Amino acid sequence: MKRLEYDVVILGGGAAGMGAIRGALSQNASVLLVEREASTGGVLNQCIHNGFGVRVFKKELTGPEYHEMYLEKLKGFDAMYEATVLDIDSESRLLKVISASGIYKIRYGALVLATGARERPFEALRVPGSRPSGIFTAGLAQHFVNLENRLPGRKAIVIGSGDIGLIMARRLTLEGVEVEGVYEIMPYQGGLTRNVVQCLKDFNIPLHLSTSVVKVHGKERLEGVTVAKFIDGNPVSGTERFIGCDTLIASVGLIPENDLVDKEIEISSSGGAVVDDLMRTSVDNIFAAGNNVCIHDLVDFVTVEGEGAGQNAARVAKKEKMPKRVGIFKKGKGIRVISIHYTTATIPFKMYVRVDHPMDMAILRINDTNLKTVLNAKPSEMIEFTLDPTKYNLKGEIELSAVEAKR
Amino acid sequence: MSEKTIEMTCVVCPIGCNLKVTMDGNGKFLSVTGNKCLKGAIYAKEEVTEPKRILPTNIKVVGGELPLVSVRTEKPIPKKLLFEAMEVIRTFKVKAPVKRGQILIKNLLGTGVNVIATRTVKMDKGT
Repeated sequence: MKRLEYDVVILGGGAAGMGAIRGALSQNASVLLVEREASTGGVLNQCIHNGFGVRVFKKELTGPEYHEMYLEKLKGFDAMYEATVLDIDSESRLLKVISASGIYKIRYGALVLATGARERPFEALRVPGSRPSGIFTAGLAQHFVNLENRLPGRKAIVIGSGDIGLIMARRLTLEGVEVEGVYEIMPYQGGLTRNVVQCLKDFNIPLHLSTSVVKVHGKERLEGVTVAKFIDGNPVSGTERFIGCDTLIASVGLIPENDLVDKEIEISSSGGAVVDDLMRTSVDNIFAAGNNVCIHDLVDFVTVEGEGAGQNAARVAKKEKMPKRVGIFKKGKGIRVISIHYTTATIPFKMYVRVDHPMDMAILRINDTNLKTVLNAKPSEMIEFTLDPTKYNLKGEIELSAVEAKR
Repeated sequence: MSEKTIEMTCVVCPIGCNLKVTMDGNGKFLSVTGNKCLKGAIYAKEEVTEPKRILPTNIKVVGGELPLVSVRTEKPIPKKLLFEAMEVIRTFKVKAPVKRGQILIKNLLGTGVNVIATRTVKMDKGT
C-alpha cells in the first residue's frame, strides 16, 4: 500500500470540488483531488446547454465551457482519476483509495466532500407493470445523447418536470425524437420557469400537471405507459389513458450523495450533509459543498460554496483555530429546504432556501424580522440571501420562515 | 388602438425575471418592466418581434478521444430556424484536435452567426 499526505483532500472534481481546489490553493495548501471519472467537470461535461456562469464569469456559458474556463484557473494540485474511496477514518485522518495504479493510504489535514448528487431512479416511484428496456433517468439519457452519440429511442415521454427532464425534452426533440409530453405528479412544475419556457413552450411540448404514470407496458422493450390524474399523490380512477412510447425519461429528483460518510457526519432529513456557515460538517476537519449538501439550482452557487469550503479546510489543515458554532437554524412555516444548518456568527454568508409550496408573494423572515420579499416563489426556484451577523442576531435558535402575502 | 401588456419569463439567464412587456395595438414593442439587467430589456423586445435562441448541440469528431464535440451558436439565432439549423449541423464532421472557441461552421444558414466548439477534444491516444 502506497502512503501519501496532503493538507486538503477533495472528494469529487465537479463544480463544488473544483471550487474547493481553488479555495484551498488560495491558502497555499497542498491539494489532492480524488475523482471517479477520467477528468474533472462532473455533470458539467454532459450539460452542453447554455445557462451557466452568469455569476462566476458574468456571461452565459454552456457546461463544458464553464468547466474548462474554471479549470484554467487551477494550477498546482495533484489528482487521482478513475479512483474511488474505500474508507474514511476521521479520527486518524486517513483515507483508503483504490485506482488502477494501486491502493493508497492518504493522510489529510482536512477533507472536502464534493460528491454531488445522484438521480432518483424511476424504480423509486414503485409503479406497477413490467420492467422492459427503454426506461432511463434524464441524466443517463443526457450522457448517451451528449457524450456517446446514441439516442435512447424514437418516441419518448418524460416523467417529472425537474430541470434535467425539461432540458432533455428539448434536446431529444432537436435530435428528432418525438417527445409526447412531460408528466408531473405535483400541481406545479419541478424545474425553473425559464426551462418550461425555452424547453417546452418553444417546441409545443405539453406539460401535464397533477398527472403521472400508473402502469408500465411492454415485455422486451417499452411499448407504452398508462397515465392518470393525481390528487394529493393518489391516482384518480377513471382518468387513465394509454400512451404508446418506446422510451421513458425519468426526472424525479436528485439525492445528495453521502453513502460514504453517513455514519461519520450528521445528515439532514433531506439526505444532505449538515454544515455550518464555514461549510464544516459535524466533524471539525470534514467540510462539504454543493449538491451533497443540498440540491442547488445554479452551478455558480455550487462553485462559490466549494471555494469557501476549500479555504476553510486549508485553514483547519494549517491548525488555525476555528470559531465554534453558536446558532442553529430551524425550518419554520413555509420552508422546505435550508442549505446551512448552523452558524458561527463570525462572517456574513449565503443561505439558500426553498419554500414548501408555490406562493404568489412570499415574505421571508428570520425570527420576527422581515428579510426579503419574493414574487412568484416556487419550491423549484431556490431563494438566495446573505446573512450578516452584524445585522441579525445569529445566536441560539434561529427560525427561518416564509409567509404568503397578497400583492 | 389600445396598448396591451403581456407577462413573460426572461430566459437570458437562470434567474428568470418576470417581465411585463407593453406593446401598442399593432403589437409593436413599447416598454418593459421587471428586468434586472439590460439584457432582459433586449430579450423582451426581441421576444415580441423576432424571438431568438442560442442553439447548443454536438458535432461528430473524427480521430478524437470522444465521438462528439459540444458546440453552440455564438449568438442567438431566430427561433424558427432551430430545426433547419440542426439539419445543417448534423451533416458536419470535424477532425480532432478541436479547441474550445474554434469556429466549426461559418455563417450558419446565412444568419451571420458562427457555430463554435464549447470544449476541447484531444486526439485519440490510440491513433
